[in-house]
Amino acid sequence: MELFITFFRIGLFTIGGGYAMIPLIEEQVVRRKQWLSSAELMDLIAVAQSCPGIFAVNISIFVGYKRRGLWGAFMGTLGTVMPSFLIILAIALIFQQYRQNPYVERIFRGIRPAVVALIAAPVFRMAQSAKINRYNVWIPAVAALAIWLLGVSPIYVILIAGMGGYVYGQYIKNE
Amino acid sequence: MILLFLRLFWTFFLIGLFGFGGGYAMISMIQGEIVTHYHWLTMGEFTDIVAISQSTPGPIGINSATYVGYTSIINAGYSHAWGVLGSFVASFAVVLPSFVLMILISKFLLKYYTHPAVENTFAGLRPAVVGLLAAAALLLMNAENFSSYAESPWQFCISVAIFAFAFISQRVYKMNPIHILLLCGIAGLILF
Repeated sequence: MELFITFFRIGLFTIGGGYAMIPLIEEQVVRRKQWLSSAELMDLIAVAQSCPGIFAVNISIFVGYKRRGLWGAFMGTLGTVMPSFLIILAIALIFQQYRQNPYVERIFRGIRPAVVALIAAPVFRMAQSAKINRYNVWIPAVAALAIWLLGVSPIYVILIAGMGGYVYGQYIKNE
Repeated sequence: MILLFLRLFWTFFLIGLFGFGGGYAMISMIQGEIVTHYHWLTMGEFTDIVAISQSTPGPIGINSATYVGYTSIINAGYSHAWGVLGSFVASFAVVLPSFVLMILISKFLLKYYTHPAVENTFAGLRPAVVGLLAAAALLLMNAENFSSYAESPWQFCISVAIFAFAFISQRVYKMNPIHILLLCGIAGLILF
């Protein structure tokens, strides 16, 4: 139950998700509850980032499991997911009714181009942190073109990129 | 209908399983599967959902899964109650792979995570995730989100201006995304 409440709080008070959650997780899990040491949390963040799925959920599963086994992992996950689930559901039910409202329509016509910009802007920041240079810039370029123009599913792109990285590293790079 | 729910479950399970690289990479996958492949949502509806997911509490991946699950079922012509079940199915399915994987990792694999094979795989994944995000942005640059010059020059020009404003205030001035969305919503209300 303590796990549920703690992660419920983390889920409820972070907007924007992902990395915005790290300071709050640190505050709750390391400083307040002392479930993990600061160094353990750093390791966990690295692992959770390299795992598929939702970052905050991955953290809550790990911490929950460490504390109370399967049941703890379940309660931690439920805590992280529940605020999102309830808030979004409420919004979805309300928004469904006002969707045809001309004012709401105008507001969202203004918001849509901004959303596109908010997705486009981190591309360059991510390119820096993924260490994109002139030798590997073809990888994101080919991936983007395949999805954008050829309609290839991003799932296949991820699969191929992961296998490509593995094969290249294991068999080609060191020869 | 059972088939629709099974498809929804399976799709979000795959998105959870291959969703490397955080919320935005997942958004690209939801776009690829739900909009491009199954046509459960239009690109415009999808954009609205991303806007709402960004500006409400909680991880973007969960927010958008919940919302997409609901809307996909409603769009297929079912009632709100089924929509709620749809959002439950999508959220559950997107979390399930994480659940199994993280428990396995915390049990056995923590020491393998610095293994060269894992590092090599990620050396390939990381640049590809950048491409995923770029593709998501490119796919959203369509007439549904920007209108078109032929159809309505006024709306098109304002949309491009809003895009430029949002891009610069995020990229250069690191403005809070919620403030950006609020301002642009007000601009839309006044200008359109």
